[in-house]
Amino acid sequence: MKTIALASLGLAALLMGSTAASAKTLVYCSEGSPENFQPAINTTGTSFDASLPIYNRLTEFKRGATQVVPGLAESWEVADGGKTITFHLRKGVKFHSVRDFKPSRDFNADDVLFSFDRQWKPDHPYAKISGGKYDYFNDMDMPSLLDSIEKTDDYTVVFKLKTPNVAILANLAMDFASIGSAEYADFLIKKGTPEQFDQVPVGTGPFSFVAYQKDSVIRYKANKDYFGEKALVDDLVFAITPDATARYAKLQTGECHINGYPRPADLEEMKKDASLKVINMSGLNIAYWAFNASKPPLDKKEARQALSMAIDRDAILKDVYLGAGEKASTLIPRTMWAFDDAIPQTPYDPEKAKALLKAAGVATPLDIDLWYMPVSRPYNPNGKRIGEMMQADLAKIGVDAKLVTYEWGEYRKRMANGEEVTGQYGWTGDNGDPDNFFFLRGCPGGKPGGSNPTKWCNAEFDDLLVKARTISDQAERAKLYHRMQEIEHDEAPELLLAHSIVYEATRANVTGYLQSPLGRHTFEGVDVK
Amino acid sequence: MLIYFVRRLALTIPTFFALMFLTFVAIRLVPGDPVEARVGERGISPERLAFFRHQLGLDLPVWRQFVDYVWRMLHGDFGVSLATQQKVLTEFLTLFPATVELSVCAMLFAVLLGVPAGAVAAVKRGGFFDQALMTISLFGYSMPIFWWGLLLIMFVSVDLGLTPVSGRIDLINFYFDQPTGFMTVDALLSGQSGAFLDALRHLVLPAIVLGTVPLGVIARMTRSSMLEVLSEDYVRTARAKGLSPLRVVGVHALRNALLPVVTVIGLSVSSLLAGAVLTETIFSWPGVGHWLIDSIGRRDYPALQGGVMLISSVVISVNLVVDLVYGAVNPRIRHGR
Repeated sequence: MKTIALASLGLAALLMGSTAASAKTLVYCSEGSPENFQPAINTTGTSFDASLPIYNRLTEFKRGATQVVPGLAESWEVADGGKTITFHLRKGVKFHSVRDFKPSRDFNADDVLFSFDRQWKPDHPYAKISGGKYDYFNDMDMPSLLDSIEKTDDYTVVFKLKTPNVAILANLAMDFASIGSAEYADFLIKKGTPEQFDQVPVGTGPFSFVAYQKDSVIRYKANKDYFGEKALVDDLVFAITPDATARYAKLQTGECHINGYPRPADLEEMKKDASLKVINMSGLNIAYWAFNASKPPLDKKEARQALSMAIDRDAILKDVYLGAGEKASTLIPRTMWAFDDAIPQTPYDPEKAKALLKAAGVATPLDIDLWYMPVSRPYNPNGKRIGEMMQADLAKIGVDAKLVTYEWGEYRKRMANGEEVTGQYGWTGDNGDPDNFFFLRGCPGGKPGGSNPTKWCNAEFDDLLVKARTISDQAERAKLYHRMQEIEHDEAPELLLAHSIVYEATRANVTGYLQSPLGRHTFEGVDVK
Repeated sequence: MLIYFVRRLALTIPTFFALMFLTFVAIRLVPGDPVEARVGERGISPERLAFFRHQLGLDLPVWRQFVDYVWRMLHGDFGVSLATQQKVLTEFLTLFPATVELSVCAMLFAVLLGVPAGAVAAVKRGGFFDQALMTISLFGYSMPIFWWGLLLIMFVSVDLGLTPVSGRIDLINFYFDQPTGFMTVDALLSGQSGAFLDALRHLVLPAIVLGTVPLGVIARMTRSSMLEVLSEDYVRTARAKGLSPLRVVGVHALRNALLPVVTVIGLSVSSLLAGAVLTETIFSWPGVGHWLIDSIGRRDYPALQGGVMLISSVVISVNLVVDLVYGAVNPRIRHGR
């Protein structure tokens, strides 16, 4: 009996474990493993988050906002009607050291040229390393936008564009535009292991890379030489925890300090826990129901308005988004500087919807297709359920909607070709610039295969969209975007369903953590008390 | 014996080919391909789509892709992961020790608890312990792993605070190189005080969760096998000779009853690896199961095909060894028709 008691005590001691004193460490429970540590070749937020502590860009997004602020470029001038941008680079910026590489020089223009040329020029020595898929560089139309990138001295770089586009300043703050060390790249080429450039990263950011174990942990340490807002902890750890319930449990037990992706179902319980903090903001995204304006009867504005008014969005937000969604009044969320709060919400008014259909000469019962998304996205948690609720609402005004879906790749392709009559779709913003949302309703995107599934083309809207790209003054640009939001509201090429509300949870003793509207997770200025 | 060995070895060849074919076909039946899996709402231009499909060889006829794949496999080339650009074999070897460590601990848990429990149940046949054990083992056998794992995390880790929630080591207090990939071994090698115990603490819940199903099977198998043996004449003789009940059960009966139990343990290797897929996801355990799940989501054909083949090789090899051992032990199997 005595032996059993001793054994039990021993087991309890083993299970309780021991903790040792340590440097101040911040643990972020991330949801997955990065593909690598090279944002130029990545496409997922998980991978971008893993590289974000390491790298800087010429311009940066202000922490917790979409505002573009100086990064490795401490200032810039826009000239030639928005076609030439001259960047003045910051001096004295140190690159990190890793196990077998110590930089011999500070950051300069060669690093900028290297980072863009790799993605742009197919004959660059690094162009084909690690698969060579520079999705974002291409998706942001950089090849067709850029005319040249030249260095005029070690600390001045000039970007010449083929067409004026001030939104490029926001593009350059995106992850794909991260600046790596050209000296490190040369060193690895000579060593014969260029792929190490993307696996063992060297940047200038607030944290330097220490180690990565796939599906387990990423370790960083604070960069004491960092030029910007300093890290307030000694070490940063990404504890890779794919299961949402496990992430919540780890937050409860203090095994991690920040949970970037809590489950909506856990939020109420989290809010009641005094040891946790729950924060939220509108996601930089939009879910909408596109009306194909190239197909009758939806070529008539009144018919589109009628269908818009038939849908009870409050019910959808309550039942499908479970509170993690905000009714949308314009294509962009209110966190963006171009948001026009004078635009009213489209009302839920079945009677008026019927009257509008009648006024438009549309006979009921009317048969339409309603395409629903086959996948869950941040802005649309359950396309089928939303489709069913919309179908029921439409029946009330005499519209018989047939639910249709396809495999996601096929769905996207067909929507781009305008094969739908009506269909759910959405968008997640890349860089917080309004152009990154409003281009979705531009006339070029309305062509078959384009990014505008409504196939709606309004000349005034399109002119304003193009003009806004040439104006660097934010207040002036905002006026144009406000007018575009008015036009879009009146013309109703889509029913704007919702922007998701993004929640994050931290331990109560975490200070200085700012949620990013861009869905990023940054840790400089964050402390554990 | 040599003929038996060669014959048994030859039988694995068609198994490998069948596996290669099934894996190749199965992943291609899932809608989407590796290029499309990367594309968001913005879509991809037909030119870029065609370029990347060509680069990956996805524009070739399927039969040609299969032949190329088989050819590479025959040369020991498992390919490069499309997502990480790392060699599939390297990724597998990095992650596999974690799966082995977890599976071994789960099996130890199942055997060390299951065999004695089954034996006692047989001896106390019809009694309360027997009934309770059979009910519990049935419960364990039919337990959904995901639910069981989360339940244990909530109760043992969050409410009682006895074990960590997930992972393999306390990330705040311990950091050391991992030359072997086995966290318990590396913790010992690191010389850091408390690291080994911490690694063990992290193993407790995942091992229990993964070992629960084999525990149920082993306990039930031991019980039924023991019941059969206990009714044998030689056991009656042993009792009649006046041997102690412990000796009769422990030495004479249990040793013979364990033969079918060993078979079940061998068969459990594949189900352990299957269970590891879920267990590793729940407990953020960086093993091959979780890696394969990720590869499906990314339509990472090389990682998935290579990973399945490598895991299958392990299972087939274990089964081969078990069969050979049986052949050596039991001539009836060796010469069976």
